[in-house]
Amino acid sequence: MNRSNVVKGRQTSPKEQIWSRPYTAISIIIGGLVLLILGCAFSIAKGSKDIPLEEVWQALVAFNPSNSDHQIIWELRLPRTIAGALVGAAFAVSGALMQGMTRNPIADPGLLGVNAGAGFVLALCFAFFPGLSFNQLILFSFAGAALGVGLVYGIGSLAKGGLSPVRLALAGSAVAALLVALSEGIALYFRISQDIAFWYAGGVAGVTWSQVDILWPWILLALIGSLFLSRSITILSLGDDVASGLGQRTALVRLGAVLAVMVLAGASVSTVGAVGFLGLMIPHAARAMVGVDYKWVIPTSAILGALLMVFADTIGRLSNPPHETPVSALIAVIGVPYFFYIIRKKVRDNL
Amino acid sequence: MFHRKRTIRTTITLIVLALIAFGVLLLSMNTGFSKMSPLEVLSTLFGGGTPKQHLILFEFRLPRIVIALLVGIGLAIAGAILQGVSRNGLADPGILGINSGAGLAVVLYVVTNPQRESTSPMLLPFLALIGAFAAAIIIYLMAYKRHKGISSARLVLSGIALAAGINALMIVLTIRLDPNEFNFIATWQAGSIWGSSWKFVIALLPWLIVLIPIALWKARQLDVFSLGDETATGLGSHLNIQRMILLVVAVAISAACVAVSGGIGFIGLLGPHIARRLVGPRYEHVIPVSALIGAVLLLTADMVGRSLLQNSEIPAGVMVAIIGAPYFLYLLARSKA
Repeated sequence: MNRSNVVKGRQTSPKEQIWSRPYTAISIIIGGLVLLILGCAFSIAKGSKDIPLEEVWQALVAFNPSNSDHQIIWELRLPRTIAGALVGAAFAVSGALMQGMTRNPIADPGLLGVNAGAGFVLALCFAFFPGLSFNQLILFSFAGAALGVGLVYGIGSLAKGGLSPVRLALAGSAVAALLVALSEGIALYFRISQDIAFWYAGGVAGVTWSQVDILWPWILLALIGSLFLSRSITILSLGDDVASGLGQRTALVRLGAVLAVMVLAGASVSTVGAVGFLGLMIPHAARAMVGVDYKWVIPTSAILGALLMVFADTIGRLSNPPHETPVSALIAVIGVPYFFYIIRKKVRDNL
Repeated sequence: MFHRKRTIRTTITLIVLALIAFGVLLLSMNTGFSKMSPLEVLSTLFGGGTPKQHLILFEFRLPRIVIALLVGIGLAIAGAILQGVSRNGLADPGILGINSGAGLAVVLYVVTNPQRESTSPMLLPFLALIGAFAAAIIIYLMAYKRHKGISSARLVLSGIALAAGINALMIVLTIRLDPNEFNFIATWQAGSIWGSSWKFVIALLPWLIVLIPIALWKARQLDVFSLGDETATGLGSHLNIQRMILLVVAVAISAACVAVSGGIGFIGLLGPHIARRLVGPRYEHVIPVSALIGAVLLLTADMVGRSLLQNSEIPAGVMVAIIGAPYFLYLLARSKA
């Protein structure tokens, strides 16, 4: 039997392993939502031009087209903030799904080739179909994300002994290296590397309403889907044997989860570029706070991810004006040490 | 008896590989933007030929070929050492983030010193060295646990994480450069042999001349590591000191190579693997054989990358990754947990 099934020397039933703190989870979700609204308001109010909060409120409830502050809020800051919150939630939930479904503590869309796959397909689009609309790009980005995930999991699972963290990470970095090399080759040949780099650097700067309009239904749908899947993910996270023993159709659950990951990561990457580590960190933080029941982990992750993204974007905007520090860099600065911490604590040595 | 057979086999393999390398070298001299027939190349080599042919061969093609040879040798040896030290057959300076560290230092320098033309190429290996060592030290510390030492799993994961973080930083650093600077960095990062003049050869050569003999001399130590820590300690080798020396050598070699060639991954992986297939697991044999394999691989990749497209070239690093990554994945799928 698996080591994790033995707590204090006695065998525990699957039910006992799914510890959770529903009240903590609910308070984090409610408190997080309040904080998120405050964070969004602050993010909208602050920038190269500071706008008082009353004015922000006025712009939202009584928009006045002749007021330039209202224009700034509606056209520049509001879509950016909304996109940030959506994408943060999406990355975090995709990480939670991946970690739960693979029982792999380091699963993250950035590390496992999802971003590289989306990047590769986008490089192809930039090179061969430069006139594509955002709407079309987002679909290609899904396809690219699927390509990345498919390659990494396919290869990882071909290996004897299954998907250990090291194996998955190695497969992810090799697939990413291949896809990045191909994108680089295309980019250098077509002289579009700086365009791609701008996109890849990530950041919610310049997000427009038309992008948000396309983005939110996809992300919302996938988030709701993830909530529906959350019970099955919890069972899956106990291991395949337990899951099939409990009568779960693991293949079907996996397929659903992979689809959700694909949509969440693909939509996010196509909007803000390759933001790594967010999907890694947030689910760990969420599990530490609310337990291992994904019914609570997923909504908590969504809220915390949105919070982190909105705050990181605000900090990136305000730390060094008029320059912006891309949010992907800020998150990597927190994410890399966090990753080291997880490797030291959660990855067993014999793998 | 067994030992002797291996030695003969290794010698034959080395001779065959040297012949292949020589063949690729000849082919490579005939390949390029300006057409030169093999006969013209030969006559130019021996003092004949027009001044233009002389210029093309001696000032453009040969230095680049020599750099590709040296970098291929260096990266393969560095990879062999890293695989031995980490006892992980999938280790490679690129995968472990050492190349990224070296790259970051160079990029930082280019970003802060826009007058790159005045930079001495001698400086680049030193910069790369600082970056590579910083990365290696971080990875080592992160993989180190008291009472448990270094685990191969933590080493690999730390390297991958650090590389991902550095790549995020690099994008941020390079994105605001003007298009020319950006193109230089992008091409360099993609692993293009850009230092195609003799001064880069002179900048790289001393490093290899000093470090490669140390690697060969320490090869037996790597065999001892492969027995596992307990046996190795029992055999009386100062494990940690030896490990440190070898790591320093591997990091220094790859840093010097990355400084002139940019981010070329997978040579350090492919070279030793193919070498083990050919001559068995002993590092005494693996190191020289993988060095030649690395040279052949990189020279071929650079040549193909130069000749595949009409008016443009594909960086050698991209070519190597296109071959190397699938091979790596194949090895990964086959390897036992």
